[in-house]
Amino acid sequence: MNSLKPENAQQLEDAVKWALSSGTTLEVLGSGSKRALGRSIDCACQLDLSGLQGITLYEPAELVLSARAGTPLQEIQETLQAENQYLAFEPLDYGPLLRGQSDTGTLGGMVASNLSGPRRLKAGAARDHFLGFSAVSGRGETFKSGGRVVKNVTGYDLMKLLAGSFGTLAVMSDVTFKVLPAPPEEKSYLLYGLSDAEASRAMILALNSACEVSSVAHIPSPTARTLQGCVGDKSVTVFRMEGHAPSVQYRLERLEHLLEAYGKGSITAPAESKALWGCLRDATPFQGDEGNSGSVWRVSVSPAQGGRYVEALKLDPEEYYFYDWGGGLIWLSLKGGDNAVRVRAPLEKISGHASLVRAPVDAPDREIATQPLGVGEHLLFQRIKQNFDPDGILNPGRLYGDL
Amino acid sequence: MQMPDPDQSILARQEEIALHLGTIVAGEGVVTSSRELRVYESDGLTAYRQPPLLAVLPETTQQVSEILAYCQTEGIKVVPRGSGTSLSGGALPLADGILLCMGKFNRVLEVDYDNRCAVVQPGVTNLGITKAVEQDGFYYAPDPSSQIACSIGGNVAENAGGVHCLKYGLTTNNLLGIEMVLIDGTILRFGGKHLDSPGYDLLGLMTGSEGLLGVVTEVTVRILPKPETARALLLGFPSSEQAGDCVAAIISEGIIPGGMEMMDKPAIEAAEAFVQAGYPLDVEALLIVELDGPQAEVDYLIERVSVISGNCGAQTSRTSQNEEERQLFWAGRKAAFPAIGRLSPDYYCMDGTIPRNKLPYVLKRMREMSTDYGLRVANVFHAGDGNLHPLIMYDANNPGELEKAEDFGSDILRLCVEVGGVLTGEHGVGVEKRDLMSEMFTEIDLKQQLRVKCAFDSKALLNPGKVFPELHRCAELGRMHIHKGKVPFPDIPRF
Ligand SMILES: Cc1cc2nc3c(=O)[nH]c(=O)nc-3n(C[C@H](O)[C@H](O)[C@H](O)COP(=O)(O)OP(=O)(O)OC[C@H]3O[C@@H](n4cnc5c(N)ncnc54)[C@H](O)[C@@H]3O)c2cc1C
Repeated sequence: MNSLKPENAQQLEDAVKWALSSGTTLEVLGSGSKRALGRSIDCACQLDLSGLQGITLYEPAELVLSARAGTPLQEIQETLQAENQYLAFEPLDYGPLLRGQSDTGTLGGMVASNLSGPRRLKAGAARDHFLGFSAVSGRGETFKSGGRVVKNVTGYDLMKLLAGSFGTLAVMSDVTFKVLPAPPEEKSYLLYGLSDAEASRAMILALNSACEVSSVAHIPSPTARTLQGCVGDKSVTVFRMEGHAPSVQYRLERLEHLLEAYGKGSITAPAESKALWGCLRDATPFQGDEGNSGSVWRVSVSPAQGGRYVEALKLDPEEYYFYDWGGGLIWLSLKGGDNAVRVRAPLEKISGHASLVRAPVDAPDREIATQPLGVGEHLLFQRIKQNFDPDGILNPGRLYGDL
Repeated sequence: MQMPDPDQSILARQEEIALHLGTIVAGEGVVTSSRELRVYESDGLTAYRQPPLLAVLPETTQQVSEILAYCQTEGIKVVPRGSGTSLSGGALPLADGILLCMGKFNRVLEVDYDNRCAVVQPGVTNLGITKAVEQDGFYYAPDPSSQIACSIGGNVAENAGGVHCLKYGLTTNNLLGIEMVLIDGTILRFGGKHLDSPGYDLLGLMTGSEGLLGVVTEVTVRILPKPETARALLLGFPSSEQAGDCVAAIISEGIIPGGMEMMDKPAIEAAEAFVQAGYPLDVEALLIVELDGPQAEVDYLIERVSVISGNCGAQTSRTSQNEEERQLFWAGRKAAFPAIGRLSPDYYCMDGTIPRNKLPYVLKRMREMSTDYGLRVANVFHAGDGNLHPLIMYDANNPGELEKAEDFGSDILRLCVEVGGVLTGEHGVGVEKRDLMSEMFTEIDLKQQLRVKCAFDSKALLNPGKVFPELHRCAELGRMHIHKGKVPFPDIPRF
């Protein structure tokens, strides 16, 4: 026996209780789509949540959806789409990077890794839309927090604690999300040939205007070459506009005017815009074989300092990068699997953190995939872990060696 | 409502404690005279009063750290206080606790437009942030009605909301970072000017923790460019059902207004009598729908909402034609609390949230309760997100009437939970809803929350007696009830 697959919340509790009693460590898995992400762990038994499936509540007019944690994210997205709704934070699909093909995993896995895509900038991350849950703690007790309404300050916001906890505190069986109407129209404005510094100014100008761009990215020339819809060797800066059609049209005109000094850009059709943002969201430029010997990182910094950060890295010609979140998210494709120190050094001066996405199996980077914490914060993390999972049976080592 | 019994040995040490704190905060930083302490004896929930042992007013994070470390060592309780506008008694002092007043932390430290954020001290008022950036066309989005007075530190502690939260989110969605101090004096920073954090999101956990986990000493907030324009619709309906249907229909059409507020008949009448906003008096429910954003979008959506409301049976509909008229539509809603204050010597403001479609049922039940209790109630409602503010009118000079109002309030909150909602949408649990927590949570749920508290403050010295109906020792909470080798292998699918 090395995998348990509970089919309901009671069985989930029984499984954790047994693990606790027998001192068995559990690797908590939705569908396993993100096993290669971050630190790898070695547990005695797998706790497979893909048997906990199904949408339990969906009221489009109330903007709320609840489902069992093991429900495939794809099923959720299709259900929402049928009602012209969506998860506004645009969870990225790690499939292309980690496994070479699309694989969005489960709803629970999405929360546990606090996924978000390019729209993070305007709409927030998974954490911002996570309204409530029921879970089994590492103490083998089923508890709940939050509810099904957006405005709720009753008790601590444990949703925030579990979003991004990578299954190290509790195993969720049921989760509730805020959903939103999908924008009826999407177009993008593309500027070509800007340097990083020019692009940074243009992005700030756009984001500081009333144009309400929902995503902004800059792809420097070597990386841009791999993207569809790009011209030749030129860098491309992409501004996404979403909303009601008359508004999108109006704002595009305003934006074009605002950015006149940066040259004449082009406007994409909706389908191209969607495809382009899909590629940026999932970092498809960094998909592919060369990554097998190299590594991919995601670095979150204060947006205006993105360029300074990249400069400080002193990249090799065969190392690639691009900016999302208006400069605040930097995707890096680096040579080799020993870059952690180098990637984090500039963060002494620039506010931010770096997480490893992919590296060869035995690369030293995998050990320190998550940004190390200060002493006080690390002690606090340990005390929190201790209070949820005192015996350390849930995903031990998934975030840090001792957590 | 019972507070924990004061510790006599601490009460006896007031002078000595004041002397020691005086060495940390020089000058006017320690307040001990009972006359001066009266100022602090209650927050916005004035039904409860209790002067603190003493008040201390630090000016630097280092001082906060030294004060807290001293209190931890000496076993002295601490209640943090911002501007004291809490409506749940969150900042209610304790007889044997010091009141840590953050009012001197009143500086805007940095405005960083390139990163669209402002770094401020926690005592800066909510409106103070917008004031610091509005000349450059920016603002801070969460807008509690108390925004002139309430502090951003208090907003973080309560996860404050406002009428624009439907579109722009609550405090928690608009924070980038904080600096805070633990009860043992450790100074920590979560977040910064960047997004998200590695591992556990302690910035998110701290938000809405009601001063029980740490003291916030610096806040980095997101600021937004001001929308190009805003217009509002004033819609009157013959029934609250129709008004509720209209809200649902607007959202179903894919429209998320900047604000969407509802008032019931008693609230409309009170507001109209007070500010003459031109509200229709022959309707059962009034909706204010505000659209903000680019001019073209606002004009387009105003038109669509107008059509939707007609289909939902709006009997009156007015669209603001200029800024002055928009402000007038809001004037009545914004003055709803004082307007009720004119009708009744006292009123009690509740704050439950319900699934929106339960509104007609909840209003009906509330009318029945109002008759049963013999107390009037008026309702203002953040209609877009289901956050209900019933205002119960009573007269504290009539013996027993305060208790009756409180019981009525508790019944309303139980009703909110019964229909799938929650006890508090934005005002916090504090002391007010503390004893109702078990209506919503099981003992296991509450114990897990208390364990979070243990990770931060194992001696329960920060703001004790708030939020949780019962205190348990951390040692007891940590005890395990599952014993080694005693649980049989579960009968579930395995591979
Ligand atoms: C007329 C009126 C209208 C209101 N309208 C709204 C509204 O629309 N939306 C809304 O959300 N609220 C509203 N409120 C409630 C109140 O204004 C908010 O809860 C506000 O956030 C409290 O801020 P404060 O600075 O006054 O905090 P206080 O009342 O001083 O304290 C509130 C809580 O925060 C803690 N605290 C304060 N400062 C700190 C700090 N630096 N570190 C750690 N803990 C701290 C205290 O211990 C206490 O538990 C209203 C209140 C009034 C009186």
